Amino acid sequence: MSESETDGNAGRLLVIACGMLAREILAIRRRGQLHHVDITCIPAQLHFEPEKLPGAMQRAIRKAKARGYKTILAGYGDCGTGGRLDAVLTAEGVQRISGPHCFAFYQGMDAFAAREADDVTSFYFTDFLVRNFRTFFVEPLGLDRHPELIDDYFGHYERIVYLAQTDDPELDHRARTAAAWLGLAYERRLTGYGDLEAAVRGAAGRS
Amino acid sequence: MADDEIILSELSDDDLVAQMHNDLYDGLKDEIEEGTRILLARGWTPYDVLTKALVEGMRIVGIDFRDGILFVPEVLLSANAMKAGMAILRPLLAQTGAPKLGKMLIGTVKGDIHDIGKNLVGMMMEGAGFEVIDIGINNPVEKYLEALEAEKADILGMSALLTTTMPYMKVVIDAMKEKGIRDDYIVLVGGAPLNEEFSKAVGADGYCRDAAVAVETARELMRRKHNQLNQA
Repeated sequence: MSESETDGNAGRLLVIACGMLAREILAIRRRGQLHHVDITCIPAQLHFEPEKLPGAMQRAIRKAKARGYKTILAGYGDCGTGGRLDAVLTAEGVQRISGPHCFAFYQGMDAFAAREADDVTSFYFTDFLVRNFRTFFVEPLGLDRHPELIDDYFGHYERIVYLAQTDDPELDHRARTAAAWLGLAYERRLTGYGDLEAAVRGAAGRS
Repeated sequence: MADDEIILSELSDDDLVAQMHNDLYDGLKDEIEEGTRILLARGWTPYDVLTKALVEGMRIVGIDFRDGILFVPEVLLSANAMKAGMAILRPLLAQTGAPKLGKMLIGTVKGDIHDIGKNLVGMMMEGAGFEVIDIGINNPVEKYLEALEAEKADILGMSALLTTTMPYMKVVIDAMKEKGIRDDYIVLVGGAPLNEEFSKAVGADGYCRDAAVAVETARELMRRKHNQLNQA
């Protein structure tokens, strides 16, 4: 990589994000005309192996720094790492979006906190999870081969709460169908991008 | 009938036990129930069926899960098959007075309804000879304290899957300290977002990354507890 290439990245913001947020961050960039924001993703499937996430993030940060990025935002919550992701981010001097997971920052931290107790038996969907219901849930959980396991995974849940980033009737229909297949009640909340948008715009403003 | 179909009742004891390990690995519930009944009919003690056929089979499943060869769906199928075998053995074990290593109270913390890991731990602990009292999911501190007192347990096991709920373990342990009963119990914690450091920070006696580790940790800490009592 040439010196001019690394210099060119110095004034840009790189968002190292979960693959679950890629489309949404691109939409925020487009909407805000944040032309100096770049995005790179870590596979969403690491949510099934959260112990691997801190290492993957550290490698991505170091690669980005080698490419000349001075301002980096981690497009993650804690995401089941039990503080291990934050330890890496602190050591690398990188900030992340506040909150435990995307379900919290899509709703906004205050709204999430207010509803947390009532949502104990709610299983959250997002646009990404509705679009990828089969590849992200049905197949990895073995429900295509063993639908009898639905009760093992979802037996204590009472409803699907679809946190919708976009107002899309097709996704609404697919989410409702998935909820019915799982035997759960269904609720849709149109959240938009929630705190994610403010976090990206804020970091973009600092770069 | 296919030529290669295995008739469980025609197998020798050794071959049947080996076949049951395979059937557990493949999550074949009906076959495990049948194998369990055959061994009992041949005069095996319920304890031997449990330990040699079921627990040993699940131990192999656990190793392959840890090594990334098996995944959660397969382990769940295996666990459900073992559960079916244990349902047959449990009343018989109670009658025959199988050895008991201790009593464990186990439950998922308040705000958390996930129980796959907890159930696996409970089952393997029972298989290893512990009496297990499962208080289920979403347990507030009061429920843990009441159950500990009522059950006279040796071990408290707490589980959490969520980053947002795992700090509740400290609430429970702090309440035990306040009541002056913390040292009466071995406290084990587990769940995907936890680690050793967290376990120490909340004041638990041990972090168990999986069911096999939970069994080994419980055995070791119970042994130490007995040694301390004997020296006292």
